Amino acid sequence: MIPAAFEYVRADSADAALVALAEHGDAAKLLAGGMSLLPLMKLRLATPAVLVDVGRLDELSYLRDAGDHLAIGALTRHRDLETSDLLGAQCGVLRAVAGQVGDNQVRHRGTLGGSVAHGDPASDLPAALLALDATVVVRGANGERTIPASEFFVGFLETALGVDELLTEIRVPKTGPSGFAYQKFNRRAQDWAIVGAVAVRNGTTRVALVNMGATPLRAAGVEAALTAGASVQDAAEHAAEATDAPADLNASPEYREHLARVLVRRALTEAQA
Amino acid sequence: MQVSITVNGNGQHHDVEPRALLVQYLRDECGLTGTKVGCDTSSCGACTVLVDGESVKSCTMLAVQADGRAVTTIEGLAGDGDLHPVQQAFQAHHALQCGFCTAGMVMAAVSLLEEIPNPTERDVRYGLEGNLCRCTGYHNIVQAVLAAAGDHG
Repeated sequence: MIPAAFEYVRADSADAALVALAEHGDAAKLLAGGMSLLPLMKLRLATPAVLVDVGRLDELSYLRDAGDHLAIGALTRHRDLETSDLLGAQCGVLRAVAGQVGDNQVRHRGTLGGSVAHGDPASDLPAALLALDATVVVRGANGERTIPASEFFVGFLETALGVDELLTEIRVPKTGPSGFAYQKFNRRAQDWAIVGAVAVRNGTTRVALVNMGATPLRAAGVEAALTAGASVQDAAEHAAEATDAPADLNASPEYREHLARVLVRRALTEAQA
Repeated sequence: MQVSITVNGNGQHHDVEPRALLVQYLRDECGLTGTKVGCDTSSCGACTVLVDGESVKSCTMLAVQADGRAVTTIEGLAGDGDLHPVQQAFQAHHALQCGFCTAGMVMAAVSLLEEIPNPTERDVRYGLEGNLCRCTGYHNIVQAVLAAAGDHG
């Protein structure tokens, strides 16, 4: 399978990418690692007229301590996250979740910003960012703006990123090396999660769900129950509340709801251990 | 678009369509048909090659993305007449039957051992999760990779 023909523009700076986006508007798509976009283009589900390749912008590949948070460049690869000692010590959950994305080959190419901008509810990292209350930094012709992760994912493969904007950085809080869990359920190695649950304990406990709706979701009912003093067992029973689980070859919505309750219980138990 | 890619140590210059996949480029432009197209959806790993030393699925990378990079295919692994230790181990441990997945398996294993020189069995199984084999049941592949790691050490 070969993508439909497109015009290829290689950006040599973030500013050059923004110029290309301003020129081509929604006819253009940004290409980072290509692990999400290229399969869609090969299936002709995406047929951008212009592909703006930002994959060589080393200026957007970094992971640094920014005082009260970690700043991660959008083009930082999953491989760089899963092997980062700084990330392991300061935000262990993100390192662990990055190591669960796809397989080695995918993690060698795929980037944090690419995964987040793609906005697939079945992806691992967007849910982790929700559970972390992360902040997404985007740059456009009119400068930079920050978007809370809770407002970034607005629909299926749809985000708050404007067509003329470039996702440049992700900011995550320092939640430490432990007190988290990621429960990912799939039938075959390397598959997307049928359902996933991320739990982060850092003062309060935050829980996010993978593949339980059109966007990654916070399990607000679980969090409220825990705050009210419920046991892990009882709190996890709220995991499927306010979700809209999809039906597909792998699972019915009812089965996904069951999985959500089980996986949240396991994640909370593991995060407490 | 003109691309310059170092393939198995040799500088190559070709004019490619931007939509050309790296695996097409390697097979059709360079004539290196050791790299296989299996699922064509980045699931099976048969098309795995090394780009700057790291395993990637060449069916899900554009040739233009490899411009200026160094690509190693199965044809570039062996030295002068000597098979690479991972190839030798695959032979010694009967780690293949039909052979279709083998080139990708070997390239993924080479990349894995570069990153984890002394892997556990679990490291190997986890590290090769992006490669599917429909014949062997994986056991001998895992044994071969562990044996190759021992040879390195």
